[in-house]
Amino acid sequence: MRMIGDQPHRPMPYSPPPATPIPTLTKRDLARLITGIENGDASALRTLHAWYGRSGRARIVGVTGAPGSGKSTLVTALTKLARSRGRTVAIVSVDPSSPFSGGAILGDRIRMRELFEDEGVFIRSMANRGAPGGIARATADVVAVLDAAGYELIFVETVGAGQAEVEVARVAETVVVVEAPGLGDDIQAIKAGILEIADILVVNKADREGAERTASALQAALDLGAPSAGATGGHHGPGSLRRAAANADGGGWRVPVLKTIATEGSGVEAVLDAIERHGQHLEQGAGVQRRARRIEHEVTTRLRDLLLQQALQQIAPARYHALVEACIARELHPDDAARALLDDLSRGQDQAPIR
Amino acid sequence: MRILIAKPGLDGHDRGAKVIARALRDAGMEVIYTGLRQTPEMIAAAALQEDVDAVGLSILSGAHNTLLPRVVALLRQNGLGDVPVFAGGIIPDEDIPGLKAAGIAAVFGPGTPLAEIVQFIRDHTPPRHS
Repeated sequence: MRMIGDQPHRPMPYSPPPATPIPTLTKRDLARLITGIENGDASALRTLHAWYGRSGRARIVGVTGAPGSGKSTLVTALTKLARSRGRTVAIVSVDPSSPFSGGAILGDRIRMRELFEDEGVFIRSMANRGAPGGIARATADVVAVLDAAGYELIFVETVGAGQAEVEVARVAETVVVVEAPGLGDDIQAIKAGILEIADILVVNKADREGAERTASALQAALDLGAPSAGATGGHHGPGSLRRAAANADGGGWRVPVLKTIATEGSGVEAVLDAIERHGQHLEQGAGVQRRARRIEHEVTTRLRDLLLQQALQQIAPARYHALVEACIARELHPDDAARALLDDLSRGQDQAPIR
Repeated sequence: MRILIAKPGLDGHDRGAKVIARALRDAGMEVIYTGLRQTPEMIAAAALQEDVDAVGLSILSGAHNTLLPRVVALLRQNGLGDVPVFAGGIIPDEDIPGLKAAGIAAVFGPGTPLAEIVQFIRDHTPPRHS
């Protein structure tokens, strides 16, 4: 299988990946490979590209929701249960990078301690390195190598901002949105766009006051917004992530609202069952279109990044800064500046006058 | 740079570990923080999967002479012998030579300037090779 692009931050001429079989991987090798992918190392990316054809077999489940809703605890409980059903599990847990220092504190493992020594579990913490949307730029590729390495079930836990974390739908084929009582009114639940990407809704901490109300508010929001298949089918192109992700992928799937107390494991079985059921639903055809749109989005995103990178390499820094300065002085709208730069590129560098 | 900060042993005081974690984050490092009551086995497993450049252990329980060398031994067993392990907390001076002989790269007592720890990590982590 071919990929058009490379990691956006490290240009490399494309050469078709050799069809090498995947050797038996130690966790050490896998861990190092993941670091290499995160850092855009050329040899790690070559391995990734060579292994891409081996990916596509794992069940990839995104878990998103507000901070404190219990994502990590739920993922831990789901993992324990999946392990007892004999499946190997990988967890990619994303936390935010500090916008000031670029550093990060990745603390999701605190709640995953029971899983550390399980040979059939691989946990990797990832900093989002400033990427918007709740996951890191390299998350999709890290998931692809975990998939290729043979992990059967992969959880991707997003940054817990609770809003607009729709990028997880770029990586996962089943999205679990976790809510907890008392984190916001019903409008919070509908406004964020997060319900649109949910395949399964979980109200965690169901022993808390207000759990019933939260569950019925979510149910009401779902009933209100239940999209028809036609509403989601018409669009293509770079802007179609949400539609690509939207839960109405040809219809036939009713988003369940499930209550859990993840710390006690209660209700977790129903969530894992729903995940399996959604997987079967996707296999029965609904997933084909969804996967195609997801991968198309992946290609366009990378193309956009590569084009931008290429453009920035060709634009003379002085010209670029002059245009930015003109915008700062309000002599020029940023859109005019961008178009002037684009004109330069299509004219092959000879600098057009501003306006 | 990826650093694991963990607390082996049974004491429940993680303030020091959190202060270090924040200082390393503010120095631009990615800190995997695993919290309290970690066994040496858990620490080694986390260091392996997270592919860290260094491991920092905070310990106040007095069990450092058994737990810290055990972490180093397990890291070596897992092929992570080149990952430096540093320690902080309440560790009597007379124990430090023994810990260093067991492979602990440095011991930082209470009051060590944070900048010193950051600099130590920068100086002692092996360069990444791709």
